[in-house]
Amino acid sequence: MNLAFGFAMGKGGNAPGLPGSLRAEPRLSRWLGFSADGFVMVRPGKVEIGQGILTALAQIAAEELEVALCRVRVHAASTPGSPNEGVTSGSLSVQESGIAIRHACAEARAIHLGLAAARAGVEPAAMRVADGDFLLPDGTGAGSYWSQAGEELLDVEARGDVPPRAPDARRVAGTPAPRLDLPDKVFGQPRFLQDRRWPGMLHARMVRPPARQARLLALREGPLPDAAAVLRDGSFLAAVAETEWDAEATAARLAARAEWHAEDSLPEENDLATWLAAAPAEESVVAGRAEPAPPAAHRITARFTRPFLAHASIGTCCAVALWQGDGLEVWTHSQGIYNLRADLATVLRLPPERIILHHVEGAGCYGHNGADDVALDAALCARAHPGRPVRVLWSRAEELAWGPLSPAGMAEIEAAVDAEGRLCSWRTVLRGNGHSSRPGRAEDPTLLAAAHLDPPFPLPVAIDAPLAAGGGGQRNAVPGYAVPALDVRMRRLREMPIRSSALRALGGLLNVWAIESVMDELAEASGQDAVQFRLRHLEHDPRACAVLREAARLCAWPRPPAAEGVGTGIAVARYKNTGAWCAVAAEVEAAEVVRCRRLWIAADIGEVINPDGAANQLEGGAVQATSIALKEAVRFDRRTVTSQSWGDYPILRFSEVPAVELSLLPNPAEPPLGAGECSLGPTVAAIAGGIHAALGLRPRRMPFTPDNLSASLE
Amino acid sequence: MRVAFTLNGAAAAVEAAEGMTLLQALRGPLGLSGPRFGCGAESCGACYVTLDGTAQPSCALPVEAAQGRAVGTVEGLGTPKAPHPLQAAFLAEQAGQCGWCLSGILVNAAALLAREPDPDEAAVRAALEPNLCRCGAQNRMIRAVLRAAREMRA
Repeated sequence: MNLAFGFAMGKGGNAPGLPGSLRAEPRLSRWLGFSADGFVMVRPGKVEIGQGILTALAQIAAEELEVALCRVRVHAASTPGSPNEGVTSGSLSVQESGIAIRHACAEARAIHLGLAAARAGVEPAAMRVADGDFLLPDGTGAGSYWSQAGEELLDVEARGDVPPRAPDARRVAGTPAPRLDLPDKVFGQPRFLQDRRWPGMLHARMVRPPARQARLLALREGPLPDAAAVLRDGSFLAAVAETEWDAEATAARLAARAEWHAEDSLPEENDLATWLAAAPAEESVVAGRAEPAPPAAHRITARFTRPFLAHASIGTCCAVALWQGDGLEVWTHSQGIYNLRADLATVLRLPPERIILHHVEGAGCYGHNGADDVALDAALCARAHPGRPVRVLWSRAEELAWGPLSPAGMAEIEAAVDAEGRLCSWRTVLRGNGHSSRPGRAEDPTLLAAAHLDPPFPLPVAIDAPLAAGGGGQRNAVPGYAVPALDVRMRRLREMPIRSSALRALGGLLNVWAIESVMDELAEASGQDAVQFRLRHLEHDPRACAVLREAARLCAWPRPPAAEGVGTGIAVARYKNTGAWCAVAAEVEAAEVVRCRRLWIAADIGEVINPDGAANQLEGGAVQATSIALKEAVRFDRRTVTSQSWGDYPILRFSEVPAVELSLLPNPAEPPLGAGECSLGPTVAAIAGGIHAALGLRPRRMPFTPDNLSASLE
Repeated sequence: MRVAFTLNGAAAAVEAAEGMTLLQALRGPLGLSGPRFGCGAESCGACYVTLDGTAQPSCALPVEAAQGRAVGTVEGLGTPKAPHPLQAAFLAEQAGQCGWCLSGILVNAAALLAREPDPDEAAVRAALEPNLCRCGAQNRMIRAVLRAAREMRA
């Protein structure tokens, strides 16, 4: 999410001109502080979701302050203790939080060093900082951050006039750093929220309705485990007990005793295209251009569809809530604690300032999953058991089926090249649900349980952020290629039978695949090489050309098939058209099923803070995209989502993971861009291209299973 | 019913409640956090422990099944001061992202190296097939297991 869309611009006098999230929170003491015993406390509003952001932010702070990395302690976000940085999403954490911390630390260094210099009677420029100690020109000490820790020098607003260290002077930022959180995870230490235990803690489990449209009519009486309690509010049903096993046993008994009225409300799983085409929608123009264009010589018309996708984290969502007096405290792995607080306040009818949220790490988070929903589950249970912390842990079925899902979608493209083989026209129409149901942005809450209470809150239909803020369904829908006549439209559905929201890359999964497939098809139709054809249309974007050339070099493009049924595809995109550039080549082997054997990834993410962390993210994104491309689709019947176990929602396993070769193009003087999402769209597209090279058919439906590939032939 | 077994080399006992799984016993009364809940259906590997040296899921196993046996978890492999070669190798390769799957993968990999000190890449992949990783860090993990195997043979 982008600052302009996520929350209001700053409040301080300097704020509008300040870099990154300093605009939203200009006070330096909100970002960092020093302790007398030699540590820097950094307090970002962005959170660790498995992507390694805490390590990158610590590197940035250590760099600007000139202290050893091990002196930096990055605090988990909390309300009201942390700056409100909106949501940790959109590959924006380094741009927003990292840049704020860089400038805040540069100013903090200048303030502290300036005081030491004034006291010593020398110019600040004559002094230097050595691991936090201030040294005079002759090398003698003149205090330190730690000796000045008590002077509260940072309780001032940023001025934006201290330049951070020059790119070629950086020593820590730009060097591989081991993840700060990894040792705990390798030694099985309690680091996740799910590991935390409070004295007197109760355990709760939810009993979900049998259908998306369902009402709880009655609950038969019957025995329950000792000290177990039932919580019912409308159609919200929960079991609360002293132990996890009693909570689970109670929930199972309640599920068997509950009588529901259930209705069909979901579309036909096997005919998503019909539903997507017929559902009421709001049309908007994403982009348009009408320059004079030569007549078409070759035209391609194609329709691409993708299914609903699940986040499918290996851990399940969890929250702990404590209701005490007239306030609520919640421990959560939400991506946006202030946004969550706003929706909790609405549902619970509490003033937001009575709610305190603490972020604690959860399992891998790839977008808007059930983390916010489970926080409301826990809060409702805690309200019924004041004074005792209540822990809610979702089941695997809830994790796969009840969290927000990434919406199905369809892209119809008609594009043409002229007699010279240059793109002359491009039309796209997208259809699908919006990609954001994040909390805190609408009058009505978006949290799952809110719709089950009596009276229920109507869940808002998912929206798409404007393109300037990254977009949703229309993310990456505008081709990065030069084309004189362009018309890109989006039809966002106004009904939402399956709750939809953001998953890694959002619309970029469908759109990059669709665009790159059409580019391949136009190249083929006009007798051009796929890479050369793209380069011809990317002259305005040298960094796109560079990553594409690099991926082509890595895989030795044009790559002859290694054997029958083996082929290589290649694709490129700039994430969100404003973020990182990434090109991917994929070698595909088509036998009984399609497998991706190798991936070659080239990326330009501008300044790289932690090269090893960025490589991990780029490769992880590509492996996740391989899973999505080849295997994943949420299953459902007319009433409910039936993908409730790993058997019903298979993801890539070890034997199926492709070998990966990766090249990160250095660009240290350019602004940093996120690495977590840019490789997904190009990976899906490259695999589709590889399938064509291997089998001679163009995939039209994700995932690229034998059934869907057969359907693509029709 | 009191269930007694050896846990990471030390005597341990729990009062088994009705329906309590070994995973719940380990994470509950026995106070461990390494074995993790992922699915409750033995299909993701996050809860892997060793029973008498054999790696297997603990999420659907009644705690009574551990009676008199030797249970091993990631906590028993090593500590930050004395890491198991696998733990050192996973840190050296930075083999992980969110880390949720790591406990189960380390336990499973340790059992592999105990029975097969010199596995090739295909053997590592095959051994780790029951373990899911959603972040896509598998290639780093394979490299880490092969590195640990080399170091353990050295």
